[in-house]
Amino acid sequence: MKVGPALRDVAIAVFALIVVLAIPLLHRSPAFEDFVIRLSAMALFATSLNLLVGNTGMVSFGHGMFYGFGAYAFALMMQMTDVSLPIAAVLAVLITTFAALCVGAICVRLGTDYFAFITLAVQMLFYSIIISWQSLTGGDQGLRGGIPRREIFGFELASQLHLYQFCAVVTVLGLLTLRHISVSPFGQTLRMIRDNEHRASFLGIVLWRARLFAFTVAGAFAGLGGVLAALFVSGAYPELADWPNSGQAIFAVMLGGISSFLGPVLGATILLALNDVVTRFTEYHGLVLGSVILAFALGFRRGVLDFIRLAWPGRLR
Amino acid sequence: MKLEIRNLTKAFGGLRAIDDVSLAFSSGSLSAIIGPNGAGKSTFFNLICGAFPADAGQVLLDDQDIIRLSKTERMRLGIGRAFQVASCFPTMTVAENLMAAVTAHVGQWSSISRRFPPPGIRERAGEVMELVGLTHVANVEAAILSHGDQKLLDIAIALALEPKVLLLDEPTAGMGPEERWRMIERVRALWGQRKLTLVFIEHDMDIVFQVASTIRVLCYGRVLAEGTPDEIRNNRAVIDSYLGTEVHAA
Repeated sequence: MKVGPALRDVAIAVFALIVVLAIPLLHRSPAFEDFVIRLSAMALFATSLNLLVGNTGMVSFGHGMFYGFGAYAFALMMQMTDVSLPIAAVLAVLITTFAALCVGAICVRLGTDYFAFITLAVQMLFYSIIISWQSLTGGDQGLRGGIPRREIFGFELASQLHLYQFCAVVTVLGLLTLRHISVSPFGQTLRMIRDNEHRASFLGIVLWRARLFAFTVAGAFAGLGGVLAALFVSGAYPELADWPNSGQAIFAVMLGGISSFLGPVLGATILLALNDVVTRFTEYHGLVLGSVILAFALGFRRGVLDFIRLAWPGRLR
Repeated sequence: MKLEIRNLTKAFGGLRAIDDVSLAFSSGSLSAIIGPNGAGKSTFFNLICGAFPADAGQVLLDDQDIIRLSKTERMRLGIGRAFQVASCFPTMTVAENLMAAVTAHVGQWSSISRRFPPPGIRERAGEVMELVGLTHVANVEAAILSHGDQKLLDIAIALALEPKVLLLDEPTAGMGPEERWRMIERVRALWGQRKLTLVFIEHDMDIVFQVASTIRVLCYGRVLAEGTPDEIRNNRAVIDSYLGTEVHAA
């Protein structure tokens, strides 16, 4: 029997989730669990960026602002109100979505180059607000005092294992949703815009509306990544919303492959792993990281997963 | 569908690209537009399909003035076009190109409730592919198609929108002599099968005189002449300003 592609995606997701959830049952490694928790935030962040970069051809240099926005919105809500964690998480994502809609409304009408510039500019503005609004955000010290870990459904997120499981489930669900969007008619529309926006506009596609929608969805999932990041660091720091963080996501996307859905996840894995390994040996990790990325870019001339797919005759998607 | 243009005018700065042009294309006609480079032919098409606004004049589609409508609205009313430089979606296969076009046409381009392609789209795209004869390259990426097939795909994308009036901007541009004839025969067949009102811009005079039932000559944004191939061939003004001595009276 031929398995439908939608079912295949779900099967892969379930399989991946089972594997990730099973690992701590067989062997507990705090370092590994830490890694997966950080990766889950980064994977959502990078994959959501790729909805813009890879699918639509919109290179946003300011995607980190939504990651930071999600983290701050969530952490502040947890600290200042009594709402439960899942509700705070959902609200944080919704607020981030609205922020992305507002920012997008300004940015998406601009051409490629200016779009990149203005996203960067808005991000810097947002970063400055975080730094200067000390009474709310704690300024450059970040939001301290931790996030009250209220129990949800018998889950105690203060326990690393439970946080690990929570992040794994949220990330897999988030990625599955993004995957669904990217293979929907709308996802195809984004590819049309990337390929030939002039022709797309002659087919009745309203370019700015499609772009704004993509920008908003991408912002929402970056915000979800930010929520996970806030849970991991037990607070929020301005670095989460700073431009080098946007750069990290772009690195992850380019490293893993912009034409493959899982490329950014692979890129984020490589980036985080490199970072962890290299910082153990030298303080010049930026130098090593730069060299590795250079080697990848010049050697493969595309992201790792794109390279593998191209070399593979089966043409995995 | 009948297409009528009345007193259409468009200036770019001081240059009157289209200057008070009035032309009528009867329903189901096959007409050619000829004229020297810079005569305003492509601008004329752009004004009809609404790529940019006209300064003055009317575009009537079955007596309905569409000059104020957006290009999307005009497209929905039945104006389709293909481009001088083949315009398709290079990273998608031929089938994907057409499925995407049909999906957009049925207004589902923003749908996220299901997977691409929505039900029924594959079949409709297949019909168009069959019609233009691209079925054998259905799973080939558009970027690596031959030039002629890219032009065909461009026309196929336009056909996927089920136009009543089809504007083809130099369908044979950049092709060798044999390929040109194959292309134009195909265009003529499409015109017959789909009962289109077809207008094409063409530089190859042999093709124009063979294929078109009426010919319009544009020159410096104005209509220099219109008529049957024989009338155009013997028109003094056309010979002087455009045809020169290239075409011998047959």
